[in-house]
Amino acid sequence: MSERLYRPCSTSRALGTVLAWFCVAWSFGIDTSTLDDPGLRARYEVLIEELRCLVCQNQTIADSNAELAVDLRTQVRKMLVAGRSDDDIRDYMTDRYGDFVLYRPPLKRRTVALWFAPLVGFGLGALALWRVVRRSQRAVTPDDGVARANEPT
Amino acid sequence: MTWRSALPALVTLALIILFAAGLKRGDPGEITSPFLGKPAPALDMADLFAPETRISGTELSGSAYVLNVWGTWCRECYREHETLLQIARQNTVPLIGLNWRDDRARALAYLQQYGDPFARVGSDPNGRNAIDWGVYGAPETFLIDADGVVLHKHIGPITWSIWERDFLSRLQPQPARTAASTAAR
Repeated sequence: MSERLYRPCSTSRALGTVLAWFCVAWSFGIDTSTLDDPGLRARYEVLIEELRCLVCQNQTIADSNAELAVDLRTQVRKMLVAGRSDDDIRDYMTDRYGDFVLYRPPLKRRTVALWFAPLVGFGLGALALWRVVRRSQRAVTPDDGVARANEPT
Repeated sequence: MTWRSALPALVTLALIILFAAGLKRGDPGEITSPFLGKPAPALDMADLFAPETRISGTELSGSAYVLNVWGTWCRECYREHETLLQIARQNTVPLIGLNWRDDRARALAYLQQYGDPFARVGSDPNGRNAIDWGVYGAPETFLIDADGVVLHKHIGPITWSIWERDFLSRLQPQPARTAASTAAR
């Protein structure tokens, strides 16, 4: 990845850091004003938070001011104004950039592990914890063999 | 009871193997194009040399071509330029340039100074074509076969060995198939 140069990142690293700060400052004033309809603007803001900027990959297109993110935001706005649905816009992006463009990956056979592995892990952990707790409880209960042996007869 | 005491070690080992396999998978930032094996997306751009003429995908289909996304602002494109010229000299498949988000005058000057490897070059100043092709950086190079199907996408600068390994090898069976299909017709 470091081999590749993108337009916004084509400066030296030091300058890049400075620019990144400018980007952060700048991104607070994103051009939502061009959407006059409050309904469209609300949908726009949700959509751009869901879409990944593929240049600076851990940013949404709302956060990033890479030129590609600017272009993708423009595209989202155009499609909203043209009356396309949110799903149309998501499909448009995944058709071109794959599921990776979505911050919330769809549930598919390939993503089953992604969605349910944490749940399975949690279940196994809970089971292990339950067994440990039960065993330690049994060790101190009065009707336990060891405990009873200590009782006076 | 002994296998139980070995369990944590076994689980740790399994995780190490899993993570090592994950690391070996290569750059996760490199996105596999959803177009591989599918029809190429639409292409419609103004000719860089003659802006009133359009270069369209329909016009290019019928024979294999290579689409190279570049810009004068992209240093890695400069790095691969010599290879592109070499590919052009070899003349096996036409190179089509997509000048992405660039200034026309600067692009023309660049081609004049370093040589023009492209059979056709189109300009895409607002990135509409680039988005349609799922481009997210430059350089990117696509291989499209005679049936208009995307065979390969290379992300990053192309070198001669990459060209031979990933592009020429995929082009080789092409003439045989077209010959067979023309014979069948």
